Amino acid sequence: MNNNKQAITIKGTKDGLTFIIDETCSFDQILKELETKLSSSVVDKDHPMVKVNIHLGNRYLTKEMKDDFLQIVRSKNNLIINEITSNVITKHEAKEWQKDLEVSTITRMVRAGQTVHVQGDLLLVGDVNPGGSVSATGNIYILGRLNGIAHAGLEGDRQAVVVAAYMNPTQLRIADLLSRSPDFATEGVYMECAYVDEEHDKILIDRIQMLSNLRPNLRSMERRISNG
Amino acid sequence: MGEAIVITSGKGGVGKTTTTANVGTSLALLGKNVCLIDTDIGLRNLDVVLGLENRIVYDIVDVVQGRCKVKQSLVKDKRFDCLHLLPASQTSDKSAITPEGIRDIINELKSDYDYILIDCPAGIEQGYKNAIAGADKAIVVTTPEKSSVRDADRIIGLLEKEDLGTPHLIINRIRTHMVKTGDMLDINDIIGILAVDLLGIVADDDEVIKSSHHGEPIAFQPNTKASISYRNIARRILGESVPLMSLEDDKGMMSKVKKFFGIKS
Repeated sequence: MNNNKQAITIKGTKDGLTFIIDETCSFDQILKELETKLSSSVVDKDHPMVKVNIHLGNRYLTKEMKDDFLQIVRSKNNLIINEITSNVITKHEAKEWQKDLEVSTITRMVRAGQTVHVQGDLLLVGDVNPGGSVSATGNIYILGRLNGIAHAGLEGDRQAVVVAAYMNPTQLRIADLLSRSPDFATEGVYMECAYVDEEHDKILIDRIQMLSNLRPNLRSMERRISNG
Repeated sequence: MGEAIVITSGKGGVGKTTTTANVGTSLALLGKNVCLIDTDIGLRNLDVVLGLENRIVYDIVDVVQGRCKVKQSLVKDKRFDCLHLLPASQTSDKSAITPEGIRDIINELKSDYDYILIDCPAGIEQGYKNAIAGADKAIVVTTPEKSSVRDADRIIGLLEKEDLGTPHLIINRIRTHMVKTGDMLDINDIIGILAVDLLGIVADDDEVIKSSHHGEPIAFQPNTKASISYRNIARRILGESVPLMSLEDDKGMMSKVKKFFGIKS
């Protein structure tokens, strides 16, 4: 049925080549056709690298399938894969994605020896006492006193921030960076945010009002859907 | 039906035993039937503070292991008929009793007493778990030191997981002059961190040490600051609303005159 129809349509755009993959034919067929199509096209060795975008339509590729696919494209040495897009993701991926975008609200005190961890953003209504710690893969917002440890961007997101109504932490951690309180006793500060300053490669603290300038993507909640 | 209150702190040496002895004595002074239980097996000293060491025949380990009845092990106070002590064992260790064993004892005692105060050992291990097993309520004792407040915070966190309601707080050994100079946490700082209800404050007083030394709880003495504090705590346990007393020393005539006119000095 589909044998007459092309499984792969190649289009040239100003961003390079776009491969549109038919979503109804079998995967073997695609690989076969890809092989023939790419070998039949005459490739000039001196030709600059060509970017390839792949549109899968409503097809889902497992990691193994993707690897097989990429291997064929990469074997043609002047093609580089720019992007693979698909209209579908698995339920599991969708749930993880949703968790990453979610703000989990927790109302409690985090006392000495207690830890709270969430995936995504954390909104804590309560205090973090000395010896207590909170962590999140995203941002941390504390409506209360931060006297303990807060670790935002736990899985390496340096864009993550820690915001607290009262900031007097023993330690602040964002992604792979750490800063600690000075060795002399300090009064905390009210309404502050902590972020990573890429220029100096360290964690800085500023007034909460500066946050929208420092992290423009936080201005609206849709932000990370676009780069999810 | 009585109420069982565990007195705990996490950190050692903040005054759990002294508090148990004095709050128990104060409740007895107010005419309540009180039983004190020492759960610090192996390191007992509630009996020493109460001056009852020489009266002990059986202890709590004997009861749990079935060598005697609960009633047989109770030591009657030498001053009151309504105050009894269930002493800890000096020879065994914490593994000699179980949470279930303690719970059974407390349930049995509840029918005879208005208040059962449980003196908890320091730490958060087996001894602590034994002590809180039969309790309905908890009192956390802390001193105005960072380390002891940290441990109190940890204990409150652990107590919140049990079915004991919000614990109440006693701040012990407050040295007014050190709080003033900022070398000690002040009461508001402590309440701010721990966020629990304050049951009472007790000043650091040499008299407390002296009375423990003589085996006479200070709560008997009519008018030292510490004894008034303990009696106030007992009244608050009974549900009275008693304002916190000032720990400041009134010096000289002027401050008395000012106080008379309601001017804060």
